Amino acid sequence: MSFLVTKNNKTFKLKDIPSLDINTFRDQIIKECKNNKRIVSFFCEKLEKFVILYAILASDEESKLYISSTLFKNEKSYPSITQEIQSFHLFEREFYEETGILPENHPFLKPVRYSKDRFDQNQKIEDYPFFKIEGKSIHEVGVGPVHAGIIEPGHFRFNCHGENIDHLEIQLGYQHRNIEKLFIQNQSSFYNLMILAESIAGDSTIANGLAFTHSIEALTNTNISRKSQSIRGIALELERSAMHIGDLSAICGDVAFLFGNSVFGAIRTLVINTLLKICGNRFGKGLLRVGGVNYDIDTNLNQEIKKTLNKVSKDVAGIADIMFSSPSVCERLEKTGIVDFDTAKKIGLVGMAGRASGINYDVRYNHPFGIYNYYPLYVLKLEGGDVFARSYIRYMEIMHSINFILEQLDSFPDYDLMTKEVGSIAKDSMVVSMVEGFRGEIVHSVITDNKGNICRYKIKDPSFNNWFGLAMAVRDNEISDFPLCNKSFNLSYCGFDL
Amino acid sequence: MLNFFKVRINHGSQAIKDIKKATVNDMHRGFPVVDEAFCLEKCEDCINCCPTGAISKSPLSLDIGKCVFCGECERLCKNKAIQFTNYHKISTTDRQNLIINKKLSYDDFNNNSIKIRKDIIKIFKRSLKIRQVSCGGCNACEMELNACSNVNFDMGRFGIDIVASPRHSDCILITGPITENMADALEDTYQCSPNPKIVILAGSCAISGGMFAKSNAINREFLAKYKIDLYIPGCPVHPLTVINGILGLLGR
Ligand code: SF4
Ligand code: SF4
Repeated sequence: MSFLVTKNNKTFKLKDIPSLDINTFRDQIIKECKNNKRIVSFFCEKLEKFVILYAILASDEESKLYISSTLFKNEKSYPSITQEIQSFHLFEREFYEETGILPENHPFLKPVRYSKDRFDQNQKIEDYPFFKIEGKSIHEVGVGPVHAGIIEPGHFRFNCHGENIDHLEIQLGYQHRNIEKLFIQNQSSFYNLMILAESIAGDSTIANGLAFTHSIEALTNTNISRKSQSIRGIALELERSAMHIGDLSAICGDVAFLFGNSVFGAIRTLVINTLLKICGNRFGKGLLRVGGVNYDIDTNLNQEIKKTLNKVSKDVAGIADIMFSSPSVCERLEKTGIVDFDTAKKIGLVGMAGRASGINYDVRYNHPFGIYNYYPLYVLKLEGGDVFARSYIRYMEIMHSINFILEQLDSFPDYDLMTKEVGSIAKDSMVVSMVEGFRGEIVHSVITDNKGNICRYKIKDPSFNNWFGLAMAVRDNEISDFPLCNKSFNLSYCGFDL
Repeated sequence: MLNFFKVRINHGSQAIKDIKKATVNDMHRGFPVVDEAFCLEKCEDCINCCPTGAISKSPLSLDIGKCVFCGECERLCKNKAIQFTNYHKISTTDRQNLIINKKLSYDDFNNNSIKIRKDIIKIFKRSLKIRQVSCGGCNACEMELNACSNVNFDMGRFGIDIVASPRHSDCILITGPITENMADALEDTYQCSPNPKIVILAGSCAISGGMFAKSNAINREFLAKYKIDLYIPGCPVHPLTVINGILGLLGR
């Protein structure tokens, strides 16, 4: 057996994970990835005398996860997997940055986020080794880390030929707070970790919060009441629709369709204020807790939310109709920033950006969790892979989410517990929790030691997969279309930098 | 075309007419009322549950510069010694004011929360151009600051704008705990902005480090070097807290 076969949110013992020698480990991963499996997470645990490297692959059709590991004692290098399977490129760079174990023949072994615990403390964020190109009409544009608007910090380096972008290099790490380590430091109570999980990325408060609670609930073997699951699902879909509506507003702003910018902006306020009415925070902070939720939805609130969402749904349809039928808008969106299906597959795009390029994958459908076990959603996808597709799919997902919420509110159980007692954490175990946030697949992998303490907490944001997609999208586009391409992905800096 | 007019009429006018009188939904956790009289002697439930160590006893006090407004202390306190209200005007010019250690009503708090400064009013009263610098944190504060300029809150009507370059700015507004990786860029931005200038901290991350106060990857030296003119608490900051706080600072 080269892999342990398991599922989303299922606890298993560490001793059941096969430990292979590096060559077999590598060969098996390459074989499985060529056989339609996909990388979900790839991370190491640094122990005193050795380093354990875990690989988690997914078989989406079967709803299964494949887990394997290998041990590094004194070995200082191994042949990189990226040479064969390109979607590993950032994962192997991260592994190298943290341990100094060299993936040989990696095509661009550059720093990832200048993490606090990097092996080479001499590397400084101001010395990032950018690619250079030279020649007639060639120039470079550097932007950031402080950008023009209110955005998170990151540096973009454009290699241009006239107006044309030949290559974009994205350098991140400015938001690095070493949050994974805080999960180890703060574990005196689950509640502390809950709040920490909510602060990984504020735009995905609910999604990250859910990945955290699911993992702890799996490790403590806690079942959640139907009602709590319903409220969690409602919150996750509210977050998704609010963010998508906000992004459509920003996209309208970038193509100077200011009417759309204002109308979508006003609708977003309605949606996040609905979260405020449920839990007292516009981003859903404070709603979730391990074992359930903190706030109920009573009959009055239920009616009120339905009324609001019916209005939201009508308003979104009205303005989206105008936006997507306006020639001056479509002219900017169509055929801009294309990531075709093959490229998307090769670099491992996930989430809504992947689905806009035709990738048929949604955690809610392929690895269902919580309420989606009982109310399955179907996968929405488009083929174009351009800014238009990434905008239109947002519109489709907003409508889909609102219908889902309305369905939940109609069948809302008004009996049932809000929270359940939580037991103690399983020892020497591991769990992988995947949630579909508005950008895509969020993965939290948690490992516990022989005392039942968390000894490794690994977070993977969908932005980790997708930033490279943005770099591919802008190639051979005009530099003036960069903001538009960027908004169509709307990736997270803090989710990436951790 | 007809559809366009329908949507336009339906959209109507969205701006909140009177920003100063506007209120937030009852569920919002804003100013906390802390009443030691109800506090049981041996109980330390609130202190133990608080993820940021914002609460201490004798006297019972809650530091809203550290608090992330999660509401757990309020939920746990059987005697209701800590109760959050939806009152949102909680910005202040003095860090000490954020430590709520006696039973204060909003009015008590509000009366001394903003110290009017002639030097600021003289130069910036009618217009303030802000350069925002995001230094860690979770991006929720940034989204709320963006919301300040949307059609609902429309901060621009007061002459308060976010500008693209520090060269055009009168004010550096910081969010996030200030990561080590961002510390130099923040210093550079500050230096690029012309004098005289104002420094504002927004969100519990910026004010105290918030949830990241114990992180080994942050560097808060900047704050020891320069004077801070306004503290805007929240996690994230509410747009009404931001706008009213800045208006207060400008003496309006
Ligand atoms: S609401 Fe504030 S003071 Fe109370 S537990 Fe949460 S962070 Fe601490
Ligand atoms: S104060 Fe809270 S909301 Fe603001 S950046 Fe920090 S964690 Fe996020």
